[in-house]
Amino acid sequence: MHVGKQSAWLLPDAIEEVLPPAAKQLEQLRQAVLKICALWGYEQIMPPAIEFLESLLSGSAHDLDLDTFKLTDQLSGRMMGVRADITPQAARIDAHQLKSDGPTRLCYTGTVLKTRPDGLGNSRNPLQMGAELYGHAGVESDVEVIALMVQVLQAAGAESLHIDLGHVGIFRGLVEDAGLEADSETRLWDALQRKSAPDLQELLSQLSIGDQQRDWITALPALNGGPEVLKEAKTRLAGAGSAVQQALSDLSAIIDALSRWLPNVTLHFDLGELRGYRYHTGVVFAAYVSGRAQELARGGRYDGIGEVFGRARAATGFSTDLKALLLLSDAPPPSQNAIAAPWQDDAQLRQKVMDLRAEGEVVIWMLPDHEFTPDTLGCNRKLILTTDAGWQVKPV
Amino acid sequence: MPQAEPITLALSKGRILEQTLPLLAPLGIEPLEDPEKSRQLLIPTRRDDVRLIIVRATDVPTYVAYGGADLGVAGKDVLMEQGGHGLYEPVDLRIARCRLMVAGPPDTDLERRRLRVATKFVNITRRYFAARGRQVDLIKLYGSMELAPMVGLADVIVDLVDTGNTLKANGLAPLECIADISARLVVNKTSMKLRHQALKPMISQIAESVE
Repeated sequence: MHVGKQSAWLLPDAIEEVLPPAAKQLEQLRQAVLKICALWGYEQIMPPAIEFLESLLSGSAHDLDLDTFKLTDQLSGRMMGVRADITPQAARIDAHQLKSDGPTRLCYTGTVLKTRPDGLGNSRNPLQMGAELYGHAGVESDVEVIALMVQVLQAAGAESLHIDLGHVGIFRGLVEDAGLEADSETRLWDALQRKSAPDLQELLSQLSIGDQQRDWITALPALNGGPEVLKEAKTRLAGAGSAVQQALSDLSAIIDALSRWLPNVTLHFDLGELRGYRYHTGVVFAAYVSGRAQELARGGRYDGIGEVFGRARAATGFSTDLKALLLLSDAPPPSQNAIAAPWQDDAQLRQKVMDLRAEGEVVIWMLPDHEFTPDTLGCNRKLILTTDAGWQVKPV
Repeated sequence: MPQAEPITLALSKGRILEQTLPLLAPLGIEPLEDPEKSRQLLIPTRRDDVRLIIVRATDVPTYVAYGGADLGVAGKDVLMEQGGHGLYEPVDLRIARCRLMVAGPPDTDLERRRLRVATKFVNITRRYFAARGRQVDLIKLYGSMELAPMVGLADVIVDLVDTGNTLKANGLAPLECIADISARLVVNKTSMKLRHQALKPMISQIAESVE
């Protein structure tokens, strides 16, 4: 093994780089989705890549702790973290910097770093893109961000989207009704995430709770499928507390709206889905396309996140990895369409090159001693000095 | 379109395969070749919308989590050891049953300082002893665990125990039971969401044939 010789080029596990021509396509996608967000009234923010750990992990974002790379700030002696998620930064900006009382709409793109890949086959340095809507607690803002997410994914080339919807208020309400302790809640949550009905039943049999409460929690792993599931849930969970009923009626309102807003999107419900349970407070959602094992984008409601920054604010939003979205589009790589210009000290030639570039043409200087091959330069035309009309563009 | 693609079920050779096939037969899922004899790893079944893949037992969760298979059958021991939330495990198939146990010479003092524990289940073992406030040293082995206490490599072992005959033959006794083990039906999370119309009835039919 030539360890020293071979390892200089090697990238760390799950760290990616983007090369031509994909990098250009990625930048075009980034601009396209930011344009969409701008047209919906979302203002762009550019939070720093690194800040004090306390702010990054504050509030409900403690799940991020293990994901975050940490280092010491030599200037203040405090711990800093490299952001693993931009959402808490957006929440800090909304709560502390902008201080608006009405709805605030923010969007962002930026590289985040994760100590562990987020799910199988995912990158540790995704190019996160997201949009967040603060200051409105109704389901209307959830509908808005889901519809915006769908438009962003469609712009990236996603066809036949599936949206998976859940609501953390259902499980949380049932646990509260049953008066369970945090430790039991965590173990039930774990079994529910695995939809392990046998494990769930075994755990419940060890707890002292009413039969009715036990039946409600036991019903959750099977409550998934098309919109009919919601009807089934209303029957199965009839009699559960008001928080649960509120969650179910929120979900109904969201489906009603989404089936009108997004008739071409398949809606799927999963009342046992508790992704980001500690962080989210209401509806949670994720987008999928057929043939891709990983979710494309996810989001949900996380009210109250701004509290540690001085102002509790209603909040809902989504985020996605633009690098993963790039794989959706099967657009061919850009064709070779540049113009080659010979290296000559000629004012007319320089003027012609500047004019062509101003028109949006790519013009590449042929450096001295460099053999011209259109293949290596991506040129399909070149500049030639004609006797009557000066410098002219001719096919290669 | 994946909807037209067959549903893929990952199984491992041996006890799991042998005991799973009778549970699948009522659904019409019967392999067209004998998986124990065939060299094929991808085996069609009598239902053209279902195919089997044959992988190592410890690889079943990986195949299913990555979407290489929609469904699979994996031992609870494998799922507990590999951890993570990459999978749904909706049905206990109640087959390939055994117990995951701490075993050692019958006079072992489990409370003594820093036991040396030989096992292939290092994650489960670490969690189990830590939850009981006991610090142990782990020795990862890949097989023939029973040998470790006999040659002084470890004080005790953590391993699957079926009849207990192998332990007995090597002068060891079961000391503590960590968990009852059986095989679970595991399901890819995305398949469950995108192909629920095909998968949900299949999962409940399998659950029914367990009853």
